[in-house]
Amino acid sequence: MSILVVMEQQGGAWNKMSWEALAAGVELGKALDRPVAAALLGSETGLEALEAELAAYGVERVLSLRHSLLGEYTPDGYALALRQLIQRAGPLLVLLAHTYQARDFAPKLAASLDRAFISDVVGCRVDDGGPVFVRQLFQGKMNADVVFAGGPPYFVSVQAGAFRADRLEKGGAPAPIEHPSVSLDAAQIRTRPLERFQEAKRTVDLATAEIIVAVGRGIKDPANLPMVEKLAQALGAEVGASRPVCDSGWLPLERQVGSSGQTVAPKLYIALGISGAIQHLVGMKGSRTVVAVNKDSSAPIFEVADYGIVGSLFDIVPALTEAIQSSS
Amino acid sequence: MKIIVCLKQVPARDSVLRIDDAQAWVRETDLSFEINEPDTYALEEGLRLKEKHGGEVVVVCAGPARAASAIREALAKGADRGIHIEDEALARLDSFTTARALAAAIRAESFDLVLTGLQSDDLGFSQTGVILAELLGAPHATIIMEVQKMEGGIKVKRELEAGWFQYVEMPLPALLAIQSGINKVRYATLMGIKKAKTKELKRVTPAELGVDLKPRQIIRRVYAPQKSKQTQFLEGPPKEVAAKLLEKLKFEARVL
Ligand SMILES: Cc1cc2nc3c(=O)[nH]c(=O)nc-3n(C[C@H](O)[C@H](O)[C@H](O)COP(=O)(O)OP(=O)(O)OC[C@H]3O[C@@H](n4cnc5c(N)ncnc54)[C@H](O)[C@@H]3O)c2cc1C
Repeated sequence: MSILVVMEQQGGAWNKMSWEALAAGVELGKALDRPVAAALLGSETGLEALEAELAAYGVERVLSLRHSLLGEYTPDGYALALRQLIQRAGPLLVLLAHTYQARDFAPKLAASLDRAFISDVVGCRVDDGGPVFVRQLFQGKMNADVVFAGGPPYFVSVQAGAFRADRLEKGGAPAPIEHPSVSLDAAQIRTRPLERFQEAKRTVDLATAEIIVAVGRGIKDPANLPMVEKLAQALGAEVGASRPVCDSGWLPLERQVGSSGQTVAPKLYIALGISGAIQHLVGMKGSRTVVAVNKDSSAPIFEVADYGIVGSLFDIVPALTEAIQSSS
Repeated sequence: MKIIVCLKQVPARDSVLRIDDAQAWVRETDLSFEINEPDTYALEEGLRLKEKHGGEVVVVCAGPARAASAIREALAKGADRGIHIEDEALARLDSFTTARALAAAIRAESFDLVLTGLQSDDLGFSQTGVILAELLGAPHATIIMEVQKMEGGIKVKRELEAGWFQYVEMPLPALLAIQSGINKVRYATLMGIKKAKTKELKRVTPAELGVDLKPRQIIRRVYAPQKSKQTQFLEGPPKEVAAKLLEKLKFEARVL
């Protein structure tokens, strides 16, 4: 039984997180002494380049599921096609990246095979011959070791950034590319996806900002925002925000940093009253220096912070603004 | 429209969490609890759809005895009745097992729409809704930011990564996993709280529903995460900390 990594592509471009899932697959393959196969899904034409690219990465084989009904993603189409593949191939483990798409269909796929799915794992190891997965609980405040209770196939998705895609190596002769048959009927696909689109154009480009002062729900009330804006002004910084702050309409959506907002990489990122949920971290962990101010010393934001201040932002922010103003 | 809203009760946000003696969960005796945040948005969306199109909102919660207060809160906000699948084990069960219990209760209702939150703030699997859709044989969509009723079905706005969206259409009955921020949630009024006392809250056990709670995955150990980065913690009164930080940013990190 092999390890099957399901890669994600959209319109001929990979979702980069899939390489991290492949890296996790290779790592587990070594630890469990199992071959690693990689699957991708798409329409009947246009997958050749992706197949060839994947075949170069030392996988045992590439399984390319092509069907006219798989061109546009639907949870029904993807779950049905992958179920057929898994029933035939009988893998020990099915690995995916924890993308929005995987959230949408992987639980359904696993359930349709009466199997459990350990989602969003940040690590894995082998204990007594069996895989043990590390997950975060309580939005990153705790970790847990989790194991499957039933039999294989085991379904697992990996969190963004948890495995190193840059450690993947191209190996030897390219893997064989197979096109397993997929039987799908239009009537089996119950949802109809329409065009993808972006909301109104952005007027701020946080991606090019050198310094970002980001504010989270710890700010409590929009009336407190001027304090943060003053600090940003003193630093010549842009103001960024966590999602709840934008959801509440306290700051415009275009200032949101994270998986559903902008990805930023300033030289200095100051996080004020932000807990550090993974969806926020993926948007800012490329920052060179991270400062976190949070009243909770166990907030996960401190895991990525170079400098941490445990305390109330209402005390720290005015003091910091004053210090900057008087030093310049 | 007959709308089912699934709720979970979780430790209140900003709780100070302590690991229990068995290192298998957190010490619940120290905690206060609230409705899982994404579920509050699912409830609000259900109430709005009912106000617009008529029908009924039924709240279903699988949880320990304490979770009855979450259902009461939902009734106070305007849900019509509640079903509490009660078992202490449901406090921290995996999504598959929880979804099986929910499905058993929901099957008995002839629903048009099932709404769940996208994920829970405690376990965070983000699976229960999607598994539930599979078990109920209904189409679904997740990370939903808008719901419109149309002739013969619904049209929903699904969030994709990095600021992209997509509309998806589907027939009813269907299931939607709602994303936080889709709407502005309401507070319960005094009147609502009074009225809630007279509303039906049915308790059932998993056994009565014919489901066993045998877990599909097991938490072996809970522990504090290890830091991947060396954080320098700066201490002292605000003025002093601010000065220290400024020094560090200028002369150590050299980013100012
Ligand atoms: C699919 C999906 C996509 C998402 N996309 C994004 C995204 O793009 N961006 C994003 O940010 N989130 C996103 N989220 C939400 C994310 O999971 C978190 O819920 C969110 O980041 C939390 O925001 P927060 O840290 O501001 O709030 P909270 O988690 O509520 O944290 C507030 C913090 O403030 C601290 N605090 C309170 N008072 C004070 C004080 N006086 N002084 C100092 N600290 C204080 C608290 O200790 C706490 O740590 C997404 C979630 C999902 C499921």
